[in-house]
Amino acid sequence: MGVPVVKRKQREAMQGAFFVLPAVVVIGIFVILSILFAIYISFHRVNLFTGDMSFVGIDNYKRILSDTSSLRAFRNTILFVSIVVPIQTFLALVMASVLNAKLHGRLQFRIVYFLPTLTSSAALTMIFMFLFSLNGPINQIALATGALSEPINFLNNAKVALQVIMAMNIWSTVPFFMTIYLAGLQDIPYSIYEAAEVDGANAVQRFFHITVPQLKPITTFVLLMGIVGTFQMFDQAYIFSNGSGGPENSTLTVALLIYRNAFGQNNTMGYAAAMSISLALLIFIISFIAQKINKSENLY
Amino acid sequence: MEKKNKLLKPLLYGILITYAAFTLFPFLWAVSGSFKTYQEITSGSMSILPKEPTLNAFTKLFTMDEYFIRWVFNSFLICTVGTVINVILNSMAGYSLSRLHFRGRNLVFYIILATIMVPGQVLLIPNYLIVKNLGMINSYAAILFPTAVNATYIFMMRQFYMNFPKDVEEAAAIDGLGPLGTFFRIAMPLAKAPIATQSVFIFLGYWNAFLQPKLYLQTPSKYTLTVGIQSMMSRYSGITQWDEVMAASVISLVPILIIYIVLNKYFMQSVRMDGEK
Repeated sequence: MGVPVVKRKQREAMQGAFFVLPAVVVIGIFVILSILFAIYISFHRVNLFTGDMSFVGIDNYKRILSDTSSLRAFRNTILFVSIVVPIQTFLALVMASVLNAKLHGRLQFRIVYFLPTLTSSAALTMIFMFLFSLNGPINQIALATGALSEPINFLNNAKVALQVIMAMNIWSTVPFFMTIYLAGLQDIPYSIYEAAEVDGANAVQRFFHITVPQLKPITTFVLLMGIVGTFQMFDQAYIFSNGSGGPENSTLTVALLIYRNAFGQNNTMGYAAAMSISLALLIFIISFIAQKINKSENLY
Repeated sequence: MEKKNKLLKPLLYGILITYAAFTLFPFLWAVSGSFKTYQEITSGSMSILPKEPTLNAFTKLFTMDEYFIRWVFNSFLICTVGTVINVILNSMAGYSLSRLHFRGRNLVFYIILATIMVPGQVLLIPNYLIVKNLGMINSYAAILFPTAVNATYIFMMRQFYMNFPKDVEEAAAIDGLGPLGTFFRIAMPLAKAPIATQSVFIFLGYWNAFLQPKLYLQTPSKYTLTVGIQSMMSRYSGITQWDEVMAASVISLVPILIIYIVLNKYFMQSVRMDGEK
C-alpha cells in the first residue's frame, strides 16, 4: 500500500533540504562566509579601485590604538553605551511596572508609548534636529521660561550634540524594551504581590523586592539587546552630523568611523574591517560581563 | 492600606501622563511644523498651533519635488517584495527544521540560531564586496538578497511548528496532498499568527532601514524614503527647509501608523515570542 517507507523517508529528507536551502544559501554567504571574509580583510590592505589585497599582518589592529579619531570614536561610543543602556533599561522597567498596575486606560497609554519604536531613525532624527535647532521649540521654551538666557545651537555645539543623540536614542528605544518587560511582568504570579501586601510592603518595596528580582532573566535579555544596539549606533549619528561625526568629532561613533573608512576615498577598508572585528569582540566581552553581573548581583 | 492606595493611584497616573507627554511632544511639534509656513518656523515661534496653517509643505513635496513620490513608491516596493520573500522563505525553513527529518538538521538549526548573535557591523564590509562583485550595486537586489531570510523569524516559525499538533498535516497527506501542497495550503495558513507577526516587523524593518539603502543606492530616483528624507537635509547647502522636512517625516510615519492601528495585537505579541521563548 502506498509509497514504501524508505522511499517516503528519502522524499521527506529531500523536501527538508530543499525547504531550508534558501536560508542556508543566504545565511551561508551573507553571514558565515562574510565573517570569515571580514577577518581576512582585516589583515589586509585593500585597494578599492583595483581590488588588490596585500597582507599587512596586525597593522590594521595596531592602528586602532594609535589613530586619534578611532580612540575618540571608541570613547564616544563607550560613553554613549554607558549612559543610554542603564537609563533605557531602568525607564523601561519602571514604565512597564506602572502599566502593569491594572489602571483604567492603560491600553491607550501603551499604544501611545509604542509610537517612537515605529518611527524610522531618519524621521526621528529629523524631528529631534528640528526640536533642538537654533530657532526650534526647545530653545524657545528654554528662553521663555528663563532656563536659558540665549539660545544654544545644539546641533553645532560639541558639548551637547552627543547628549541630544543620547536623549533621542533613549526616547526611541524605551518602548520596545518596555513591551518585553510587560510580557515578563504578566508571568509573575499575582499571589506574591498579595502576600507582600499583607506583610505590609509598600509599592516601592514591592517593586524592588519582587518585581526587580523576578524579572532578572528579562533584564539580562534587555541589557544584552541594549548593549548590542547602542554599540552599533549608526543611523542617528550619521544623519545628525550628515556623515561627518561633527561638530568636532563629538558624535563620531565606531560604526560611523567604520563606514567612513570602509567606503571613503582612502583605501582604508582593511582598517575598517579590523575596527569592526574589534567592535564585535568588545560587544561580546561587555555582554558577557553584563550578564555575569546581573546574575550574581543579589537584590533580595 | 486603603489610604495608601488612594495616594498611589494619582501618582501612577501622574507618571503615565508625564511619559505620554514626553513621548508625544516631538510628534506634535513635527506635525505642527509641517503645517507652518517656513517663515513662522524660522522666526522661532513658541506656539504649537500654526498661526496661518498651510498645506504648502505637502503640496511642494507632492507636486514640485522631483523625487518625493518616487521615494514613497520605492519604499513600498522594497517593503512589499522583501516581506513576501522573507515570510515564504522563513516559514519554509522553520517548517523544515521542525517537521521534516533529514541528516544534519540539528546542525543547520544551531548554526542559524548562532548567527542571531553576530553584530551587523562585522558583516557590512564583506557584504558590500560580495554585492559589488555580483553587480548589484545601485539595485534593489543589493538590499533584498542579503536580507531575504531572517534567523530570528526562522527560529520563531520553528518554535511555532514544534508546538503545533501534526494531525491536520498528516490528514492532508493521507488525502493525497503532495508535500508542497501540504505546506502551502495547510501548514502556512495554520501559522497565521506568527506569519502576521513577522510580516509586521519585517515590513517595519525595511520601511525604516537606513544604512543599507544609503550604502547601496546611488541615484536619487532610486532612494527609499528614509535616504530621501536625509538627503533633503543637505540639499540647500546648509539651509534646512524645516517645513518640508517635517512634512516628509510625518508622511513617512503614516503607513506604519495605519498598519499599527489595524494590526496592533501582532505588534504586542511579537515581542513576547522573541523575548520569551
